[in-house]
Amino acid sequence: MWFPRLASDRARRRQPVDGPFALIQRQGSADRIYCLTTEAEDHGLHRGMAATDARAFCRSLLTRPADPEADYRALHLLRRWATRYCPWVGIEGADGLVLDITGAAHLAGGEAAMLADMRQRLTGAGYALRLGLADTRGAAWALAHHGPVDGVPPIAPPGDALAALGRLPVAALRLEDRMTATLERLGLRSIGDLAGAARAPLNRRFGPDLLLRLDQALGQQPEQISPLVDPPHYATRMTLPEPIGLTSDVMAVLQRLLDRLCETMKRHETGARMLHLTLRRVDRDSQQIALRLAAPLRDPVRILPLFQRSVDEVDAGFGIDQMRLEAVQTDALPARQLGGETVADAARLDDLMTRIGTRIGLENIRRFLPADSHIPERGFISVAAAHSTASPKWSCHGQRPLHIFPPEPVTASGSEPPQRFRWRRMSLSLARATGPERIAPEWWAEHQDWHRGLRDYWRIETMQGRRLWMFHTPQNPGWFVHGEFP
Amino acid sequence: MTTTIPDMFRLRPGRTHEACGPAAASFAAIAAAGVTGNFLWVRERWVTGRLNPLGLHRFLDPARLLLAEVADQTEALAVAEEALRDGALRLIVTELSQPLSLTQGRRLQLAAQAGSSIGLGLIPEGLGSNATETRWLCSPVFDPAEKADSTLQEWKLIKNKSGTLGHWHVRWDAKAHRLDVVSPVGERPGPTASAG
Repeated sequence: MWFPRLASDRARRRQPVDGPFALIQRQGSADRIYCLTTEAEDHGLHRGMAATDARAFCRSLLTRPADPEADYRALHLLRRWATRYCPWVGIEGADGLVLDITGAAHLAGGEAAMLADMRQRLTGAGYALRLGLADTRGAAWALAHHGPVDGVPPIAPPGDALAALGRLPVAALRLEDRMTATLERLGLRSIGDLAGAARAPLNRRFGPDLLLRLDQALGQQPEQISPLVDPPHYATRMTLPEPIGLTSDVMAVLQRLLDRLCETMKRHETGARMLHLTLRRVDRDSQQIALRLAAPLRDPVRILPLFQRSVDEVDAGFGIDQMRLEAVQTDALPARQLGGETVADAARLDDLMTRIGTRIGLENIRRFLPADSHIPERGFISVAAAHSTASPKWSCHGQRPLHIFPPEPVTASGSEPPQRFRWRRMSLSLARATGPERIAPEWWAEHQDWHRGLRDYWRIETMQGRRLWMFHTPQNPGWFVHGEFP
Repeated sequence: MTTTIPDMFRLRPGRTHEACGPAAASFAAIAAAGVTGNFLWVRERWVTGRLNPLGLHRFLDPARLLLAEVADQTEALAVAEEALRDGALRLIVTELSQPLSLTQGRRLQLAAQAGSSIGLGLIPEGLGSNATETRWLCSPVFDPAEKADSTLQEWKLIKNKSGTLGHWHVRWDAKAHRLDVVSPVGERPGPTASAG
C-alpha cells in the first residue's frame, strides 16, 4: 500500500482546498515543494521545486507549510486502521504500509476483492493510493510504486514474480538513485534484463546489495515484515442512545468507563496520573474535566468519588450524549501485596491530596526535602508532594529558627549586637546574644539576597521574650533580622 | 522517637482549637510532635515568612509535614474542612489572617467531628471564633537561667469550653522530646527591664 501523496492528502482532508495545492518545506535556504496534488502536477510543478518558481508557473497555487510529524502520525493511524484486513501490518518508508495478508485474503472475499475494498475505502477517504500484491515484499513494493497505474489489478501471480516484474524498470528494486542510473547506462533497463544478466560481474561491479534486492523481489531471499505493536491505548468512550443530565447518571456511566479503563491499565501494570473526562452535549458542545491524581492509581472504586466534585459543576445543558475518558498521563504501577494498615493509610492520604489538589492545584501541596547547602534559605527545598517521596535524612547544624523571612533591616551600628533596637514597631532590648556564626555566600552561585557579602549570625534573646535570628554584614555594615526562634 | 507531652496540653481530637500570640507556630509544632503520622499545614501563598524545616527539626521529623499553599483564606478554609472531614491526617494547622464568621467556625468544627481529627487555627490575636474548643495565647519568655538553647514560653489557656482556664510556663526539651512544665520565672530579672 503506497500513499504517493500522503502529506497533501492529509492536509486537504483537514481543510478542503480547491485548485492546485502544495505543501512547502524549508530546505536549506529555500522553500521547496514537499508534496503536491495531481492538479498542481498538471501545471508542470514537481517535488523539490522552489516555491517561488512554482508560484511563477502557477499563479493560483495554494500552499501550506508541511508537517512531517503529523504525516507520520497519520501513517500510524492508517496502520492501525489497516489491521482490519490482517494482523501483520508494518510501516514501509515514510508513506507506505506493508501487510502480510497470508491466510487473511479469503476473509475479504479473495485477493482482488480485498484490493478493491482497500482502494474504495481509502479513495473515499481522500487518499491517493497505489497498491501492489505479490509473494514477496520487494515485488509488492515494485508493483505499487512502478506497476501499472490503473487497469490491470496489480497482483503478481503466485510463484512467478518475474513474469509480473520483468517489464518494470530497475528502479522498482528499491535501489539507490546512483546505482539505478549506472544500470540504465549499461543498458539494463528492466528487472527482466537484470535477472537475465550474469550474476558474478554484477556482484563485482555493484556489490552484494543489488543482487540481494533482486533476490528479495523474486523470492529467492526471505524478507520479514515487522508488524508494529499497538501502544497501549488508555481511553474509553461511551455513546448514549438518550441524553442524560443527572449527576447520578453521569457518575454511573463514568463508573462503567472507569471499569474498562482500569482493566486496561491493570493489564499493562500502569496507573493513571491524569485523567481527562470529556462530556459531549447534545448541542455538540463539549466540556472537559481534568483530574490529576496524587499517586498513580487504577482502582475504579477509589477514582470514582474523586470525580464527584468536578462532575457536580458540569453544565449538562440539554443533556450529555457521549462521554470519553482518557488517561492522559500514566505511570508504572506494578502489582503489589494487598492489605496492611500502612498501605491503606497511604491510599487514604493520596485520595485526600487528590481532592485538595482539584481545588488548589496539585502542585500547591508541597513538602520539604533537605538540600545540600549551608545557606539558610537553601538548606531545604520545597517540592510538590505528589511527585516526591519524603526524605528521612534531615540533619541540622547549629540552631536554626522556626520561621525565616526576607531580611528585615534594623537600625544599629557596630559589629556587636545592639543593646536596643526597633523591629516591627516593637522596641526590644538585648538580654543575651549568642554568636557569631559566620556564613559565607556560595561563590559558585549567584544569590540576590547575598550581595552584601558575609554574614555574622547571632541568636538574640530579648528582655521582651522574642528570640530573633539577626545577622550583621561586616563587609557592608548593617543589621538585619532574618528569622525567629521558638 | 517518643514524645512526651503532659495531658493538659494534648488537644482534644474531633475539635478545633486556636492558638495566637508570637509563639503560636511553636505551639503548633509541639502539637504536631504529639500526634503520629503526617500532618497538614495550610498557609496563604502571599505570606512572606516561611516555616523552616531545619528549625522544625527540633520538634519533629520534617518529613511528616505536608504544606498546602493556598491563594486566600476562603481556599484555606475549604482545604482545612476537606482534610478535617477526611480524617486521614490527625492534625491540620491553618494559618488564618482574618476572623472566622460563625458559620465558618462551626463548619470546621463539624468537619473535625466527622473525621475525629484535630484542627488548629493560628489566628491573629483577638480574632478568635466562637466555635473553637480551646484558645491558647503563647508568647516566648526570656529565660535567665538557661544557657543558650532555651525555648521557654508562656502558654495561657484563655478559652476552654470543657474545663478551666490555665497559665503555664513550658520549655521544650529537644533531646528528650519532652515538654516540661516549669515554675514561672518571677519578675523580670535585672535592672534593665524597666528601661525599655
